[in-house]
Amino acid sequence: MQLLRFFTAGNVDDGKSTLIGRLLYDSHSISTDIIETLTRQSKAKNENAGIDLALLTDGLRAEREQGITIDVAYKYFTTEKRKFIIADTPGHIQYTRNMFTGASNANLAIILVDARNGITDQTKRHSVLSAILGIPHVLVCINKIDLVDYSEEVYRNIEADYRAFSRNLNLKDLTVMPASALAGDNVVKKSEKLSWYQGQTLLDFLETVEVSESGRTDLPRFQVQYVVRPQTAALHDYRGFAGHIASGVYRKGQRVAVLPSGIETLIDKIERNGEEIASASENMPVILHLKDDVDVSRGNSIVPVEHLPKTEKELSATICWMDNTAFIPGQKILLQQNSFRTKAVIKDIAAKIDIHSYEELPYDGTMKLNDICRVIIKTAEPVSFDSYRDNRHTGAFILINENTNNTVAAGTIH
Amino acid sequence: MNKRLDYLDELEAEAIYILREVAGQFERPALLFSGGKDSICLVHLALKAFRPGKFPFPLVHVDTGHNFREALEYRDELAKKLDEQLIVRYVEDTIRTKKLQDGKGKFPSRNALQTYTLLDVIEEFEFDACIGGARRDEEKARAKERIFSVRDEFGQWDPKMQRPELWNIYNGKINKGENVRVFPISNWTELDVWNYIKRENIGLPSIYFTHERECILTENGQLMNTNEFVQLEENDVLVTKKVRYRTVGDMTCTAAVESEAYTVDDIIAELKQTTISERGATRMDDRISEAAMEDRKKGGYF
Repeated sequence: MQLLRFFTAGNVDDGKSTLIGRLLYDSHSISTDIIETLTRQSKAKNENAGIDLALLTDGLRAEREQGITIDVAYKYFTTEKRKFIIADTPGHIQYTRNMFTGASNANLAIILVDARNGITDQTKRHSVLSAILGIPHVLVCINKIDLVDYSEEVYRNIEADYRAFSRNLNLKDLTVMPASALAGDNVVKKSEKLSWYQGQTLLDFLETVEVSESGRTDLPRFQVQYVVRPQTAALHDYRGFAGHIASGVYRKGQRVAVLPSGIETLIDKIERNGEEIASASENMPVILHLKDDVDVSRGNSIVPVEHLPKTEKELSATICWMDNTAFIPGQKILLQQNSFRTKAVIKDIAAKIDIHSYEELPYDGTMKLNDICRVIIKTAEPVSFDSYRDNRHTGAFILINENTNNTVAAGTIH
Repeated sequence: MNKRLDYLDELEAEAIYILREVAGQFERPALLFSGGKDSICLVHLALKAFRPGKFPFPLVHVDTGHNFREALEYRDELAKKLDEQLIVRYVEDTIRTKKLQDGKGKFPSRNALQTYTLLDVIEEFEFDACIGGARRDEEKARAKERIFSVRDEFGQWDPKMQRPELWNIYNGKINKGENVRVFPISNWTELDVWNYIKRENIGLPSIYFTHERECILTENGQLMNTNEFVQLEENDVLVTKKVRYRTVGDMTCTAAVESEAYTVDDIIAELKQTTISERGATRMDDRISEAAMEDRKKGGYF
């Protein structure tokens, strides 16, 4: 059984939480005690209404009080075919950073559009963010189709608008479908009222869409997280490099370079769960052993010599500023790329991205919360990387304020 | 993401990655071990992450004094078998030295008190990271918490000030006195845990499986174990039933569920049928208010 991680974007008004509630409810993933609690809470809010499925995802007191989603909430459900992890992200512009966070790990985006309103600024913003984050599959769900009398014409117009708008975003795999989360049309069950729609239901789509990672997943990439050295009498010379195969395949005997030093050696042994294996592929946690006793530490990359990534001290990247305090020129920061951390400085801010059109605007002198900018970053130590488009693991980083330790930005390398 | 990997392999890979990040980023981490199934899985994952090396952290248990004997025996045997360090600190001692008021009432809970002992042991050993087995599917405040959750010097969680957590990049940088709670199996559900226990053939304390037990049938239909800490009253309804525990918390606030499950397979089959959530079925402490867990976390609880 496979795992699919997706995120939903949209405002409360678009029925995002209702949609998630509907998926969980109709797929029987909600326990009776939770339904009881929900019924009680829904009644407390409005005596005459049915179950408010949105209450399922709003976990914090402040969220329930204000009726909004503030932070990313993770929800889980399993069907016969797949396990799903949903990152339910807030839609409002002031929570762009939370959406960025929830979307970063996702393989699929569900962007909700209210059929009565068509494409809004918010739809555009979520689509642009999906494009920046290289989400492999984007599903535009035209929701509340019941409120436009299940009109095919309305649906077709919105679909055409969206396809026209998204042309310059280079979304990799775009699907559009109608639904009513509230009424339950085309979410889990097909709807007679949508007889003009021949495509899959939402759940059917989620269960069958091919889970693929975009980019050059064939390139072998591995970063050292931790050096295992038992230093016992029996394992006196044992020195293994524990980490995670980010992409590609590693084999015993492969000629590799340790980066950034560039020293070459061979892979002597690959261990997984204490057993030696001949080769290891994407997403496996392993311990690599090298033939020669070379200097390797946490954050170093071990990469086959014929597929070296770039290793440089200057990066061109797109970053989303996430700190409440705006960027201060010259600010001391740390750049973290998986397990690699180095001091860094933002040398130049080349442009600001209009998150509703994806156009580059001239930098206006401030980079504050939720701003997305094209920047040049200079690092103290060389970074081994691929472009984010090629590899979501080696092309992504965060920036940390050295003084507050907060994560102040997230970036994708060009 | 690799299409050839099974979802359990993916969850396992994520958890091992997180454990190794803890080892790589912190000076003095600890693994909070309760003897429950979730922390038993964590230990199993730590073996996969670090063997043939030793764990880069001790196992730490906050013993409330109300723990099930079976869980404590399991804990001691496991630490011995693995030859890993086990640190135990007692809520009983904290109550005495800090002159705290012990739990009162029919089912005296030490749930709030164990936070004191936890914060004390963190201070005593200067732990900068504490690994725990909490899962986001357990409770809706937990569904909002990061995998690396920064706590201030009072152990407090501030849900509105959480650091963004992106891709698989974990920022564990903290100031002195702060610590990070780390939840490697955040993305696992109760059923995932059981499927993993089955696949990996992980042994568990016997109270997870069905056995006969004398219980008090409470007003809301929960089955509470009778023991020396629970005050029996005249009109209590005592029943002897075949039960098992879905979670192994304190004897005073964890309810048993009726069960015929003798094996892990039986448990998985039962869970697929069951319609009550794990905490809903077994925890008295979360029923107190809508935001009970959120409030306890803000106060330093796990």
